[in-house]
Amino acid sequence: MQYLDFEKPIADLERKIEELSNLTIADDDVLSPEIKRLKKRVEELRTSIFSNLTRWQKVQLARHPDRPYTLDYIYSITENFMELHGDRYHSDDKAIVGGLATIDGRSVMIMGHQKGRDTQSRQHRRFGMANPEGYRKAYRLMKLAEKFDIPVITLLDTPGAYPGLEAEERGQAEAIAKNLKMMATLKVPIVTVVIGEGASGGAIGIGMGNEVYMMENTWYSVISPESCSSILWKTWDYKEQAAAVLRLTAEDLEGLNIIDGIIKEPLGGAHRDPDSSAAAVKRQLLTSLKRLKKMKPETLVEKRIEKYSKMGEWEKRATAKSGKSKTNAK
Amino acid sequence: MAWFKRKDKNIQTEQRKEMPEGVWIKVPTTGETVHRRELEDNLWVDPLSDYHFRIGSDKYFSFLFDKGKFKEIGQDIVPTDPLKFEDRKKYSDRLDQYQKKTGHSDAVRVGVGKMNDLDVVIACMDFDFMGGSMGSVVGERLGMAIDHARKQKKPLIIISQTGGARMQESILSLMQMAKTSAKLAQLEEEGVPYISYMTNPTTGGVTASFAMLGDFNIAEPGSLIGFAGPRVIRQTIGRDLPEGFQTAEYLLDHGFLDLIVPRTQMKDELSKLLKLVLHKFA
Repeated sequence: MQYLDFEKPIADLERKIEELSNLTIADDDVLSPEIKRLKKRVEELRTSIFSNLTRWQKVQLARHPDRPYTLDYIYSITENFMELHGDRYHSDDKAIVGGLATIDGRSVMIMGHQKGRDTQSRQHRRFGMANPEGYRKAYRLMKLAEKFDIPVITLLDTPGAYPGLEAEERGQAEAIAKNLKMMATLKVPIVTVVIGEGASGGAIGIGMGNEVYMMENTWYSVISPESCSSILWKTWDYKEQAAAVLRLTAEDLEGLNIIDGIIKEPLGGAHRDPDSSAAAVKRQLLTSLKRLKKMKPETLVEKRIEKYSKMGEWEKRATAKSGKSKTNAK
Repeated sequence: MAWFKRKDKNIQTEQRKEMPEGVWIKVPTTGETVHRRELEDNLWVDPLSDYHFRIGSDKYFSFLFDKGKFKEIGQDIVPTDPLKFEDRKKYSDRLDQYQKKTGHSDAVRVGVGKMNDLDVVIACMDFDFMGGSMGSVVGERLGMAIDHARKQKKPLIIISQTGGARMQESILSLMQMAKTSAKLAQLEEEGVPYISYMTNPTTGGVTASFAMLGDFNIAEPGSLIGFAGPRVIRQTIGRDLPEGFQTAEYLLDHGFLDLIVPRTQMKDELSKLLKLVLHKFA
């Protein structure tokens, strides 16, 4: 298990416990109580550290290399998963995966951004950064789901759409834009969960759910803290401040009425107990799907359009200021 | 191929002068000077090199709408600072500063009027206002423009010039991509035509939402159009970008634009297209 910088006190203690454990044989009268005491201390420490996480620390947790990824959730939540490949135009993008499966016996179309675990698979998955083909595959799968009246589940975990030469050449912007317009009017339920990183257009490109949830230690924003720092402060050094001002955590987005709820994670993050994390996600999905199943297709579309049409905050000026009088008719 | 070599544009929400001051104006691509009056008479397009100087909503509206007459909608929607965003400067201060400097309250304006006798709704972004970035107000005003076009069955034209979504409104800005796209999906169902006219530059979340969703995607010559900015792509791939990459001409060549239409022909070409769609030649 890898530890993050702010988890160092926990790591130190756990190492000590391990050393002591290696020294003892069965019930050692001297060491056992000490180990017990230290274990209690670790739990206290973990509780205190994790109840006061900064926004940047949550970003770090969302990117934790041991965190469960889309396929991990798919394999633990669903049965009968059949991965479907390809956009039918150019290739099969490895940074977005998806296919048919069942959840408690009911068919779903489930898809999400996929990251890799080691150097090779990270490159294979392009670090979870999709090319246009990924978005076009998602488009195809969602339209298939609509055709066969199957609800759609999307899991978001991307540092952004891939900013590459070929991605531009093959229309990254067009692919994302088409998905947004298509999702708006899709006649089956869409439930979206941010399971890690939700960066910008690359995330929302498959994320226009009727209901959108975020796991406790994830982030969702228009830009990554690093890029925000480089643009607004002209250096990469202000990523922590950028994370703070971007207000990108699950709590922030719940407060802004952008998401429908937060899925609790085990103490220390989803990777500390992947099974219970998956169970929590599954519970939410089942609740949402049950609720959305009752809606007619037109209602689903209407509610979805209404949901996104309401988003944004502005003021309404009492007296409308007219434009330049010389060019204004009235 | 590009008609001229583009210099790198640093797409940021920085103030950029719309128009150079003075009587003699230097054309960035050729280094030649041209008289201000000559430019004004030619809609700020250099007659010799065809270089398109960037202009804002005031000027587009003045020549697109017949006699420059239009009714503006959405002006009562004004920006706030919902996240109390502060980097080196407060967002609320930036808003004040740009409002004073540009005379606009945000980065898009919506006009309703006639273009060559056709009823149209035209939304035009202003790059001068925080790099034409899209926040809640841009999304809401565009939503109003789209709704107006849908209800009144008037063709819609959106003129884009933008660096993308506005960082200072974080997730709220991102959601404007979903909002404008959802509204356009409604417009589509009513069969009302929508022309997206992209100018220099059109990048980021705007390209990845309403700008690429036109029934007709049209661009001004030489415009930079893309999702990621050239600087970011260069950093990612670690080498120089090919000449003409992400220009309007490049996009036309790769199948993402219907047409490139110079500003001087914009009004007539767009009217012609709408008349063809609306069976007005009969």
